[in-house]
Amino acid sequence: MTINELQDEIIEEFSAFDDWMDKYALLIDLGNSLLPLEDKYKNPQNIIEGCQSRVWLNAELNDGIITYQGESDAVLVKGIVSLLIRVLSGHTPDEILNTELYFIDKIGLKEHLSPTRSNGLVAMVKQMKMFALAYKSVIS
Amino acid sequence: MNKEQLQHIRADFPILTEKIYNKDLIYFDNAATTQKPRCVVERIENGYYHLNANIHRGVHYLSQKATEAHEAARTSVAEFLHAAKREEIIFTRGTTEAINLVATSFGEAFCKTGDEIILSVMEHHSNIVPWQMLCERKGMKLRVIPMNERGELDMEAYKSLLNEHTKIVSVAHVSNVLGTINPVKEIIQIAHSHTIPVLVDGAQAVPHIPVNVVELDADFYVFSGHKIYGPTGIGVLYGKSNWLNAIPPYQGGGEMIANVTFEKTTYNELPFKFEAGTPDYISSTALAEALRYVQEIGLDKIAEHEHELLTYCTEKLMEIKDMRIIGTAKEKSSVISFLVGNIHPYDMGILLDKLGIAVRTGHHCAQPLIDSLGIPGTVRASFAFYNTKEEIDVFIDALKRVVKMLS
Repeated sequence: MTINELQDEIIEEFSAFDDWMDKYALLIDLGNSLLPLEDKYKNPQNIIEGCQSRVWLNAELNDGIITYQGESDAVLVKGIVSLLIRVLSGHTPDEILNTELYFIDKIGLKEHLSPTRSNGLVAMVKQMKMFALAYKSVIS
Repeated sequence: MNKEQLQHIRADFPILTEKIYNKDLIYFDNAATTQKPRCVVERIENGYYHLNANIHRGVHYLSQKATEAHEAARTSVAEFLHAAKREEIIFTRGTTEAINLVATSFGEAFCKTGDEIILSVMEHHSNIVPWQMLCERKGMKLRVIPMNERGELDMEAYKSLLNEHTKIVSVAHVSNVLGTINPVKEIIQIAHSHTIPVLVDGAQAVPHIPVNVVELDADFYVFSGHKIYGPTGIGVLYGKSNWLNAIPPYQGGGEMIANVTFEKTTYNELPFKFEAGTPDYISSTALAEALRYVQEIGLDKIAEHEHELLTYCTEKLMEIKDMRIIGTAKEKSSVISFLVGNIHPYDMGILLDKLGIAVRTGHHCAQPLIDSLGIPGTVRASFAFYNTKEEIDVFIDALKRVVKMLS
């Protein structure tokens, strides 16, 4: 699936819920089922410090495809991390760099990515793109 | 406070009837800022509509009226704090600016390399960073009073920190995270026995407990208007006149001068020496109105009601499994920090918000304290006199629901 198809799929899943608490319950489930990041990747280089919660992010390049792994100490943040990984992982650096992430806004979780929420997520999205940029230069 | 009185009070605060995500707003973030009664907002409006002219030196009617209002506000604050002289009240932009003023001007006059400043482990960043900046400028050291597991300052350790290098002690009257009411009178007495002055950060104290700076014998006492139902952007530095006279001005500009030539400027007398530029005379008068309002209700009555809320909420919280209250000092103000099991405070805060409940999560601008406790932060509920037990019931139910979702 393309990145946008994945984004649309998530929008579809979340559209089943009107109530905020139901959306958050789904996010909590996603957060709880996110594979924990191996301890060796939880190093100071991979940490993205937010004011409220912390996010760790790692990325690997295999055969021109980027795989992301991430984790957070807050489960709601972890839920969003898992969504971001689902959307962006398994794609080429170019595909990732040319993506506009619209699903977070569409599923009503934009507030978590607003700069006023200092939870490290804005920095995480930026860092995901930075990894893509760095790996792009490795390939070319 | 009976139900009827409480209803009257709540009617004074229009924002309390707001709906958040179609739910009744429950505002438990009063330690961050308080809501404003109608009379304070009306005073601001009236100021701009009917009393607006730059103060001092104006010969015309409106300027004199505005000056009178601003200076009357100074008198109100002096009376509120029971200061000996009205010129010991300096208007600032808030607690932060007041501490920066003292750290800078006192530091300039009295501090040198090798000197020490004593703070406590539970200080807000605004009572840490200005002193740290002074330490960097002058090559000085911060010494920190530790606390026990209940969140009470270790007074023996405090005594042992005082020495011939100590230049000033600066401590919070009430902790914004733990709610601990520190024994500032004793802290001051001990410091004074070594002829060391004390600054008290009263930001979290003045809205909740009666303060008498003369009785405390505080050398400096600071607070913010917005935390005591007044406007944002106005705060107060109280300083004993001998100290305020002994330290240099903080900022230069209009108002603070006696005479200016390009060769030399002489400074105005207190309090104007420390109020460079056009002061916020609209906010100062609105702050005076807030103080009048609070005193009309009665600080004793406020303290009593808030204490009831604190006790009630603490009991209800303790019914929740794996509840951990952070800060269980004997003397405590209406602030409750807590954690439940391993649930991250951010998760609780986000979900409570969606249920219409405003609490604060995180480190509450007291990172050294949070780090010393080895926790990622806390959820903090803080009450004001307009809060009710019914609101606490709704909060507890919501919290139980949130905890269930997250565990």
